[in-house]
Formats: sequence, C-alpha cells, structure tokens
Amino acid sequence: MVMELGRISIEEVDWGRKTSIDGKTLRIDREELVEKACRGDPRITSIRAEIARPGESTRIIPIKDVIEPRVKVEGNGGIFPGLISGVETVGDGRTHVLKGCSVVTAGQIVGFQEGMIDMSGPGARHTFFSKLLNVALVIEVKKDISKHEHEEAVRLAGLRGAAYLGEAGRNCKPSEMNRYEVRGPSGSNGSEPDLPKVAYVYMLLSQGLLHDTYLYGRDVKAILPTLIMSTEVMDGAIVSGNCVSACDKNTTYHHQNNPIIEELFRRDGVDLFFMGTVVTNTNVTLKDKQQSSDYTAKLVELLAPDGVIISKEGFGNPDADVMMNCRKIEEKGIPTVLITDEFAGVDGGSQSLADTTPHANAVVSTGNANELITLPPMDRIIGDIGVVEKMAGTVSGGLSKQGGITAELQVIVGSTNELGFELLSSRET
Amino acid sequence: MGNMLRVVHYLNQFFGQIGGEDKAGTKPLKRDGAIGPGALFQGIFGQEADIVGTVICGDNYFNEQAEAAKKAVLAMIEGYRPNLLLAGPAFNAGRYGIACGAICEAVVDRLRIPAVTGMFPENAGVELYRKSVYIVETKASSAGMRDAAPRMAALAMKLVRGEVLGSPEEEGYLPRGIRRNVFNLERGATRAVDMLLQKMKGNAFVTEYPMPSFDRVDPVPAIENLDEVTLALITSGGIVPKGNPDHVESSSASKYGKYDIRGVERLSPDSYETAHGGYDPTYANEDPHRVLPLDVVRDLEREGSIGELYPYYYATVGNGTSVAKAKGFAEEIAKDLVRDGVKAVIISST
Repeated sequence: MVMELGRISIEEVDWGRKTSIDGKTLRIDREELVEKACRGDPRITSIRAEIARPGESTRIIPIKDVIEPRVKVEGNGGIFPGLISGVETVGDGRTHVLKGCSVVTAGQIVGFQEGMIDMSGPGARHTFFSKLLNVALVIEVKKDISKHEHEEAVRLAGLRGAAYLGEAGRNCKPSEMNRYEVRGPSGSNGSEPDLPKVAYVYMLLSQGLLHDTYLYGRDVKAILPTLIMSTEVMDGAIVSGNCVSACDKNTTYHHQNNPIIEELFRRDGVDLFFMGTVVTNTNVTLKDKQQSSDYTAKLVELLAPDGVIISKEGFGNPDADVMMNCRKIEEKGIPTVLITDEFAGVDGGSQSLADTTPHANAVVSTGNANELITLPPMDRIIGDIGVVEKMAGTVSGGLSKQGGITAELQVIVGSTNELGFELLSSRET
Repeated sequence: MGNMLRVVHYLNQFFGQIGGEDKAGTKPLKRDGAIGPGALFQGIFGQEADIVGTVICGDNYFNEQAEAAKKAVLAMIEGYRPNLLLAGPAFNAGRYGIACGAICEAVVDRLRIPAVTGMFPENAGVELYRKSVYIVETKASSAGMRDAAPRMAALAMKLVRGEVLGSPEEEGYLPRGIRRNVFNLERGATRAVDMLLQKMKGNAFVTEYPMPSFDRVDPVPAIENLDEVTLALITSGGIVPKGNPDHVESSSASKYGKYDIRGVERLSPDSYETAHGGYDPTYANEDPHRVLPLDVVRDLEREGSIGELYPYYYATVGNGTSVAKAKGFAEEIAKDLVRDGVKAVIISST
C-alpha cells in the first residue's frame, strides 16, 4: 500500500466570499463553513466560527478536539471513514493536507477536563497547537440531549468542518510531496536483512463515559486488537471521541499526524524496518485488559519484530494496560520502549504511574502533567473562560479577576501527549 | 571578612568529640568554630566560607526528645546567623542520619538557608528525608569522610550561590525522587525510536523514568489445617520485656529480640513495655496486647483453632528502620522458624 501525502502550506487564514486557497492563504466562507459543519444536525443550536492566530493574545477554552483539514484526492474512500465518509479502506492513493492550520471544536461538554490553548505567552510553549492557525468552532447544542449525543454532535461537526476546509486543497499543487509505503510484514525485507524490525503498538483510549476512540467509525471499546496499515491514520481512520484529559488526550490531529508512525516511516529502510502497527484498546474491566493484552502480544508475535514501541493515551486506567502489554511482549523475548507522561504530583514527589512492571526498563517520559504553570490573562477568549475553575488541573482560586490562571499543565491541550508529539520530558532531581 | 559566608556545622556526640554511645544522651550544645571533621570542611572552603560554629547533640537525645532537641538546636544555629548549614555526614548511622535530616529540613523551612548533609544510601534518614533535603551520597563508614566532604562542600556552595544544579548524578546527591519537567531538543517519538534501537542492539541507554521497584512476594497458598499448625508471633511494634534488655532502639533499629513466652498467657504491663519511638506509647504500655495480640492467640490455642503457639516471639521497632535491615532480620528469624516447623506467622506492626 502506497500513500502520497501532499502538503499544502497555509500561512494565513481569513474570512472571504468563497472557501479557497490563494497561494498560502486559506480564505473561508464563514457561513458555508458553519452550514457544512452543522449539516442540519438537529442537536446543534448554533456554531460560531472564530480564527485564532499564532502570537495573538487569545485563549481557546474549553476544547474538545483539534482536527487537521485534509482531502482524499485519489484512491479508495474518503477522509474520516465510517463517520463522515464511507467505510472503504483508506491509506493509499493521494491525500492533500492543509498544513499549518486546524479546526478546533470548543464548547462545554463534560465541563471540566476539556482543555485550553493559549496562542501566546508561557502556555503557548507547551502546545504545538499554538503555532497553528486555528479555526475554532464554538458549538452549542440543545439542552435536553444526553452527554453522549452532545459529544457525537460536536465530533461530527468538527470532522465535517475539517473535511469542508480540506476540500479547498483538492486541486492545489502541494509544496511538498511525501511517499509512504507500507512494507512490513510482507514487504521486501530480503534486501535489508540486517535492519532491526520494529513494530508499533498503538493504544487507543476506550473507557466509556466520553473517553472513547473510533476506528473506521467503530467504538474501539468493542474491538479486539487488530492490525492496520500505518498509512490509514493519515486519512483519519482513527478519530478521537475523547472529551477529557487535555494534556494527554490524543486529538484527531495527533492521530492524523502520529509522530511515531511518521518517525518509523522516515527511518524505514534507513536504520530500521517498519514491520507494522497493532491497535489496541484500554477497556475498564480486568477481563478486557487481559484479553486485549494477550491478543496484542499474539499479534506482535505474528509480526515477529525485533523491538516494539508502545504508546499510550490518558492516565491511570491505561497505566495498567501499558504495563500488561509491555510485560507480555517482553516475556516473548521482544524488547519494548514505552511512551508515557507522569502524574507525579504538584511537587513532583509522588509516584508517577498507577502501575509498574520491572520489564518497563525503557521509558520515554513526556513530562509531569501536575506541574503548575501560571498563565497570564488573554485579551480574547474564544469559548467560555468560566469553566476554568472546574477544569481538572486547575487550582482552586486559580482564576484571577483579570483572567490569569494558575493551573497544572494538565489543562493545556496536548502538553504531555504520549505519542511523543511534544518536546517536554521530565527528569529526576 | 564581611563577605565571607557563615556556616554552621551540626554533629552528633561522637564526631563532636563529646564521647561514644555512652554520651548519646547529650543535650544540644554549641562550640564556636569548627570541631572534628569541621576542620576538613574548613580547609576545603578556604577563604570562601567560615565555619563560625558547631552545634552538637547526642543521637539518642535527638531521637527520643525530637521536638525539644530540634527547637534547641535550631535556636543555637540561628544564633550564629549562618548562610548555610552542614550536617554530618552521618554515613550509615541511622539515628545520626535521622537527626541530620530533621535538622536540615527544619533549617531550610524556618531559617530559609540552604542545608546539605551526607549519608550512605541505606541510612534510615534517607528514606525519611531524601525528598526535602539534599543528601550527598557517602560510603558506609567514616572512612569515607575525605571522599564525602568535598562533594558536600561543592554542592553547598552551589546552593548558597543559587546556581542551577545538574542532575543528581552530576552533583553527587541522592536522587530525591522529585520529577521536574524539562524541554528536550527532540520530540518524544524520536527519542523512543532512538532508545528502542539502542535497547535492541544491547547498547546502554538511559530510561527517562526508572520504574519504582516493589519487592513483590508471592503469597503462599492458604493454610488448610490451621488447627494442626505451629504459629509464631512477630512484632515490629516494639513490645519488649520491661527494661528493654536487648536495647532495641526506638528508631532505626539495628536489632531484634527473641523472647521466651513459654507459660506466658498474658502480657502484663508490669513485665512488658513498648520500645517504639514512633507512636504515643501510653496505650501500648497500658496494655501491650494492643500491639502484640498474645491474649487472642493463646485463646485460639486453647480452643484448638491453632495447633500451638511457638514458644518464642520476636520483636523489633519498625520506626525508620530501613527495608534492608528489616529484610536481614527476617532472613535470620525465618531460619529458626523453618528449622522448628513453624508454618504460619502473625506479624503485628504499627
């Protein structure tokens, strides 16, 4: 399976008469964006679209998801299969990406635990999203719908918004083309017998209660671990349904731009052979954890790699899964590296993880999410600042009269992302 | 002279040249200038810092009268108006280490000046104070003084000057188990692939988060025939014969006692007491069964619920006692129990 990803560089976003790309400027027909995002969903009462630019004194809060506009130009299926496109297998052909911008869905769902993005100031350093031109959709829904209906309505609206904007890139000439070939395990390893074979175990959050992930539109609570062609994520085969845990939630943008998959493709044939990707879930019962970790270890064994990277999402519950996956794969004689963040307490003195295994001797830390940060007031709030006091990670009394916030890094979207998207780490002192 | 840093040195009765174990009850006292190992530190500091005073306290006094001792020692330290406190090093002496740790913690908290001490990693003071106090790693005995002193002095000067510290390994202090965020040059995904390739090749790599190690012991199967079994009693709650004949320490115990209870049906407060310094002893002294349940076990024996009670019980004090020491006691006790066919043990702790 070969995928060509064409990157269209977007350096400015503005409202305009017609949605189109002019050089490096994305012009957006505001009304049409709202209409396409909403698409007559009766649950939605209003969508307000705003633009947040890097360097502005702007805070977007509370944030549900961040999604990258893309469009399937050639090949099977469409973007976000199973949700807003058909169920055909994606990940081949050609896809265009509007690089440098995103759609951010905002609006209170769970109320606490959604996160924020500051476009400037100390908070901006902690999230890659402060560098993007963010098209925020502040979505309000009917009062009497259930929380899970609310989540679904916002999720689909965001995907439709991103697909609508992506459409503008269909006929553009990308500034950069990258070719990704899925080679393992059936690929031509014969010509590179000395390269170490690496597989990736991609843990997807699946706790219910608005902490879910979708694979081709299927709730991954209900799946058994399975294989994917690593390019499928580039067409949005994995979509976030996760409302909470801003710092280490894998937003749809993170899934689309999975840095581990990118890194493994980049080095495929250079200093490693990328065998493939196993996706698994993190259900909340012991029985399911045992089943999924056994199944994952079995799929890994079938791939027969020389080493495995395991990524995570969330904290607490999935700590048990990551340790089980690690132990069972290591017991098969296959070395692993885990990527995880830490919840070591505000003073950094508590145990960072809820579970451990002596087999986990190779861990990349993406930082202590409990560390406090003081964020200055911002001139413009997109969304609703009032939720801050309820957000997980905020300090009681942490919202000052002027709008400054003292809170844990937990509240910043993507700050301790466990796909290893960011530069943050943690060390012992 | 006016710019020289003022340093106070805290020592126990031995290093403070008062006396040995027999002087461990010495109340806090002060001496101007450097005493004992202080001279070594003064030589290292040279013109940069001056040990203006030394405060000395007996290890037993400090541990048994903690509040009073701390108060008095702090007042004496404060009297010298120091910029820095040095304590010990205590090497592997547990009570001394606890005293050094407690004083350093109090000094940082109340006098707001840096404090540095030194201990062997297994010193009981390490587990208690590593998070709040900079503890330079030392050898186990005072033969390590020449090795420890320069590192303690160097770290102390960095703290006083407010310099940014390197990692614990670089600075020579015991990792405090405190995680601090730092931005890396590469993102996590790249670091993960790099680390995996090293691990796969069998090359050295450094994990970014060392797993805490829990010494997990698999439980043995439940006992089916308890009524035929010999049961033994062990306590780390410190119940010992009155007078504490084996001098089991009130904290950071270096030993355990083995006591004959043949024919002893009940523990009388006239014959037994607690040696444990970590809880209010009033209730245990009133009725030792509150910590060592001999009464209940004798009843079970009489009723036939257990086969018989082993004729000896073992006691130590778990207060600040290091895991390593406790493990050592257990290994020895287990030899007796296995030899004499004991099949079950009840350990009471506090």
